Amino acid sequence: MNTGVTISHAFGVGSFVSLRPQTTPVPVPLLREIYTLLAKDFRLEWRQRAALGGLLLYVGSTVFVCFLSFSLRGGQPPAPAWNALLWVILLFAAINAVAKGFMQESPGQRLYYYTLVRPQAIILAKMLYNALLLTAVALLGLFLYTVFLGNPIQDAPLFVGNLLLGAIGFATTLTLVSGIAAKAGGNGATLMAILGFPLMVPMLLLLIKVSKNALDGLDRSVSQQSLLTLLALNMLVGAVSYVLFPFLWRG
Amino acid sequence: MKFTWWKLLTVVFLLYSAVAGFLLPVPRLAIVNESIRNLYFHVPMWFAMMVILCTSVFRSVQYLNKPSARLDILSHEAAKSGIVLGVLGLATGSLWAKYTWGAWWTPDPRLNAAAVALLIYGAYLVLRGSFRDEQQRARVSAIYNIFAFAAAIPLLFILPRISGNSLHPGQTGNPGFNKYDLDSTMRLVFYPAVIGWILFAFWMTQVSSRLAFLQLKIDEK
Repeated sequence: MNTGVTISHAFGVGSFVSLRPQTTPVPVPLLREIYTLLAKDFRLEWRQRAALGGLLLYVGSTVFVCFLSFSLRGGQPPAPAWNALLWVILLFAAINAVAKGFMQESPGQRLYYYTLVRPQAIILAKMLYNALLLTAVALLGLFLYTVFLGNPIQDAPLFVGNLLLGAIGFATTLTLVSGIAAKAGGNGATLMAILGFPLMVPMLLLLIKVSKNALDGLDRSVSQQSLLTLLALNMLVGAVSYVLFPFLWRG
Repeated sequence: MKFTWWKLLTVVFLLYSAVAGFLLPVPRLAIVNESIRNLYFHVPMWFAMMVILCTSVFRSVQYLNKPSARLDILSHEAAKSGIVLGVLGLATGSLWAKYTWGAWWTPDPRLNAAAVALLIYGAYLVLRGSFRDEQQRARVSAIYNIFAFAAAIPLLFILPRISGNSLHPGQTGNPGFNKYDLDSTMRLVFYPAVIGWILFAFWMTQVSSRLAFLQLKIDEK
């Protein structure tokens, strides 16, 4: 029950939230709630470094395994394989990273949050937190990947921009899915993969297409439409999550 | 049991589309040849699937608005009918692809999109199966139903169009199938077939929902 203590402590620091009873009409601004929740998530992550370390180790070791297997055939993989492997690594890292978000919380903790903050604040804070986490993981993953497997990227700004868009997209899609999977209890991580993968396929197709264009150094106008679709998709998913999460939370 | 007029219409339209679809003349087009008659089956099945899946999502929204076991059953059974029609559409499409494009499955954007749509609804069924508590199951699966529909289904229609390298008709900015529509005799069969399959989807859903309602009644006793 280490976590329970940590959390109440975390809220004790931001006491303006915990002092507010559910019924008072005095509204705490949504941004304030989001900020507190975000700070809580970061603090939790930092205090239980095992999860973060595991994630980084996961990215590091998959990259290293790729390096070892490609070095058998003399170094750098061909560009399409390079691209595919990078996205596979990032996809699984994202699922692992987001999966623990809601699942590490016990029903009691959820009830506690329920009395303190709006559900909208919870989903927005979680999405923001996951987006930041996945951005960091994606950038670190790309760095390790280019160190070990070479750098065939011809249009680096486009590639990195697309990678960030992908990290944010994974975060927005998977956050609600992880909430759903956590509700089902039991085998949450498997369920999350089953629920999440089909939803991410359209996004992945766009991401892989744009990153292939960036690898080949094609003109930016070729990727423009896909990038806009990705952006629109991210916003759509975020908006739908925002609307649906209160229903999920109410249970 | 009541035999309402629209069920009669379903039977008439589906029988008519099967008989007339195989007997009436069709335009002679290169490559597709006689396989163009598949238009009377393949396309209406997808239309019916889309309509019934929209119904399912609509029921889910209604459920979240005002929860009841009835709405949950209606939404679930509509989704199941949609899956059946999706599998049928995939099978007829695969058959058509074999005889016109030369392969059972091609990496075509539209085909991949169809497979993804079925995976999503497969995931929906898995999700339903993983709950014990009925209310919890109903609420969470309604949420997933809406989320999946909003996140993926529109894209399945946008993505094939912007990718621009599809063999499938109705791609790259052209939403219809005007190429085939030149012949007005085809419309005479196609439109009744579409209506017939959509009505059939509702009929199927109605029957399976009725079964589920009875099951619920037995369980409550």
